[in-house]
Amino acid sequence: MSRLLAARLGSPLAARLAAIQSARLAAFLAAALLVGACGGAASPSPSPSPMPSASSAPATPRPAPIEGTLTVYSGRSESLVGPLIERFEAATGVDVEVKYGDTAELASTILEEGTASPADVYVAQDAGALGAVASEGRLAMLPSHVLDRVDARFRSPDGEWVGISGRARVAAFDSRAVADPDLPDSILDFTDPSWKGRLGWAPTNGSFQAFVTALRIVEGDDTARAWLEGIKANEPKAYEGNDAIIAALAAGEIEVGFVNHYYALRQAAEQGPRFPVENHFFTGGDPGGLVNVAGAGVLTTSANPTAALALIEFLLSDDAQAYFADETYEYPLVAGVEADDRLEPLDEIESPDIDLSDLADLRGTLDLLSEVGIL
Amino acid sequence: MTAAAGRLGTGVLRRRRAVARPPLGLVAVGLVIGVLAVTPLAYLVIRALEVEGDALAFVLRPRTVGVVAGTVALGALVAIGTVAVGVPIAWLTTRTDLPGRRLWAMLTIVPLAIPSYVTAFAFVAAFGPRGALHGLLAPFGVERLPDVYGLPGAVLVLSLAAYPYVLLATRAALLRSDPSIEEAARLLGDRRRDVLRRVTIPILLPAIAAGALLAVLYALSDFGAVSLLQFDSLARAVHLQYRASFDRSLAAILALMLVGLSLLVALAEGRIRRRAAAFAAGGRRRPASVIALGRLRWPAVAFCAGVVGLALVVPAATIGWWLVRGVAQGEVVGVVAADVAASFGVGATAAVVAVGLAVPVAVLAARHPSALSRTIARLVDVGYGLPGIVVALAVVFLATRLLPALYQTLALLVAAYAIRFLPLAMGTIRATLVGIGTGLEEAGRTLGDTPTDAFRRVTVPLLRPALLAGGALVFLTVVKELPMALLLGPIGFETLATEIWDAASAGFYARAAAPAAVLLVLSAATVALLLRAEEPAR
Repeated sequence: MSRLLAARLGSPLAARLAAIQSARLAAFLAAALLVGACGGAASPSPSPSPMPSASSAPATPRPAPIEGTLTVYSGRSESLVGPLIERFEAATGVDVEVKYGDTAELASTILEEGTASPADVYVAQDAGALGAVASEGRLAMLPSHVLDRVDARFRSPDGEWVGISGRARVAAFDSRAVADPDLPDSILDFTDPSWKGRLGWAPTNGSFQAFVTALRIVEGDDTARAWLEGIKANEPKAYEGNDAIIAALAAGEIEVGFVNHYYALRQAAEQGPRFPVENHFFTGGDPGGLVNVAGAGVLTTSANPTAALALIEFLLSDDAQAYFADETYEYPLVAGVEADDRLEPLDEIESPDIDLSDLADLRGTLDLLSEVGIL
Repeated sequence: MTAAAGRLGTGVLRRRRAVARPPLGLVAVGLVIGVLAVTPLAYLVIRALEVEGDALAFVLRPRTVGVVAGTVALGALVAIGTVAVGVPIAWLTTRTDLPGRRLWAMLTIVPLAIPSYVTAFAFVAAFGPRGALHGLLAPFGVERLPDVYGLPGAVLVLSLAAYPYVLLATRAALLRSDPSIEEAARLLGDRRRDVLRRVTIPILLPAIAAGALLAVLYALSDFGAVSLLQFDSLARAVHLQYRASFDRSLAAILALMLVGLSLLVALAEGRIRRRAAAFAAGGRRRPASVIALGRLRWPAVAFCAGVVGLALVVPAATIGWWLVRGVAQGEVVGVVAADVAASFGVGATAAVVAVGLAVPVAVLAARHPSALSRTIARLVDVGYGLPGIVVALAVVFLATRLLPALYQTLALLVAAYAIRFLPLAMGTIRATLVGIGTGLEEAGRTLGDTPTDAFRRVTVPLLRPALLAGGALVFLTVVKELPMALLLGPIGFETLATEIWDAASAGFYARAAAPAAVLLVLSAATVALLLRAEEPAR
């Protein structure tokens, strides 16, 4: 299997990745067991893929174990991913050094560093940034057993990155002003004049722009333009980001805001159960219900691809996935791990079927936003 | 003019004499610093040349032109705002019997250390539509507050964040200026008010201009406040290109336009400085007589209190509120001691290095005015007008290619800070050098000192307040700096600023509050030390 994979991908790195699989998997299982022990009640994660036979790695008689150091560039902040990295270190003995930063700024950094980049793994908040780094040939192909952990919608079609957690676009609303059943099923219907002066959005925010890009891909530029113009006619308040929208909802400044789903849940956790902001999900394939991912990839110039791949496998383990569900209120992407019960199940949302990497191509969206006079 | 002024007092006005040829070593050091300061521009040009499509059309499209016009307005209004706040406070806290003036001096300088995005966030929370203030006023029938978003909000927040630059520069000038000129004017029959207008303010003008330059460049390069307050400045447009479309070429073109604006501001400051008479203090630091404010005492206190309320209390109260609310919900808050040490260590080192580098550039500019020395000073200034992310990516690009061994080391980070924030140290030092003049040093030389000895024994002690003020400015700016700390710091490098950002960007405000509070305390302590060292013994 490994040899097949290596032959198919044809890159030396992929060959190395494949050749070292068996030893790595053994070590990974040990890691998962250890993590399970750390996590208390959690059960050890099952093997992410069938064990390949040991004889399938003839190129290297003694495959490299998981060890050494690993450099991670993380666009996810330490509060969101730091504890998982610590668990991985404790389980494997790999010394992980993390550079935290803004997702897009780290993408630019990797591109400016070129082949001199010290990074082994790039963890990004959105697929667009992974797509931008991959499009300049900086991400290596991942083996299929890693990619197959998640649904095809949530990974690079070319196999250069894989989603590790999901975030749905929602309409967050002030529950003191409106009730969930009163909100339209489709985001397209918020252009109705009855919503005038009641909406908030964040036109400069990356996740909003990703949604507009998805809208253009799914419904065409004309529909996207009509929607933007329709919302603009309703005089929405513009905010810098999702958090500002949630704060404005809580303050009663607006009634509905277009955001990612987890912001309201995090604020509720910090501010108490009487927090008035709730989520309205767009289901049934509505373009409003775009599910974007935070994901990760291994750099082609990685000095330690074994440990790099092991980290990505770890982030896709059941325990790590449960961490995203319970601690950051995101969607776990691996089948069988339950999301927070306040979330609409991923299957019900039926996120529009598009290549999330395409969300990197924002030029058209930025042009459209400025043509309509929003940016 | 010179003859009349010469009679005025011990201060010697504008010594016009043949400019001494600068020592070669000084020129060499200046050139190296100038070249280092200009490296981000080289990177920007390289990236701008790669742009695909019609770059000129991009520059000339209405949206870009509108952003440039808005940025010019922002810069001009921040200049006015910071001078209107900074100069009166400087004068009140150095020359008058303002009650509690040392405390006011400290409280009005501390806001320098508050990251502008924290202030902006606090303003939106407090003064936004239906914010805390609206909540207080609503029972009295106030339906709507003036909009905090857009240009007015950006000008207000950035003026409150940047007026300490004007305040510190003006204070230093007031503390070193010789009161005998003002006393002479009084003796010649001028009223207090006229002395202020005809003597004190002209003496202060170079320092005010130097402070305003820093304030304007700060406003031009700021991203945090303009983004939260939704004002489209060039710096925000640059960020948008990086963040939204990963387009480094268009970002470079916008950044070069920002460089052009910064250059214009620097040129304007140079004009003001050259036109203003350089009143020399004879070198004695006799404290000025204290001016009794009389009936204006309490209005003056109210003014200081108002500024402190907006610039310090509003953001500090917001931080406190995050802390209290989070703790009430069971959040565990705390600060890592290593982060405090990292912030302090890097800030202090960068401050010392920046002051060390600023002295030769300032000596060149003040003592050996020439096209070359002016160019070096301008290049250094212009670099400060660039957003941190641009400087950081430029250093990433150049260091990985030219200095791979230094990439992501503390040494490189400190060097980058020292170069970028060198103008903060240089302005005050240069203004002070011009004020000191060369007469005393020449006297030292006639007594047998070498030029270096004379500089060290005569001029350096007189420069001390300026060196301290410059170093403190660099320190307070570095401890809150973010993009360069994130991208250029060694892996795993964490400071108070990165901790605040890390927590706040994920929406965990309670966890952001503790490091923010520590940052405030650290800054207040620094300012207190500075003030103690700065004031002449009475």
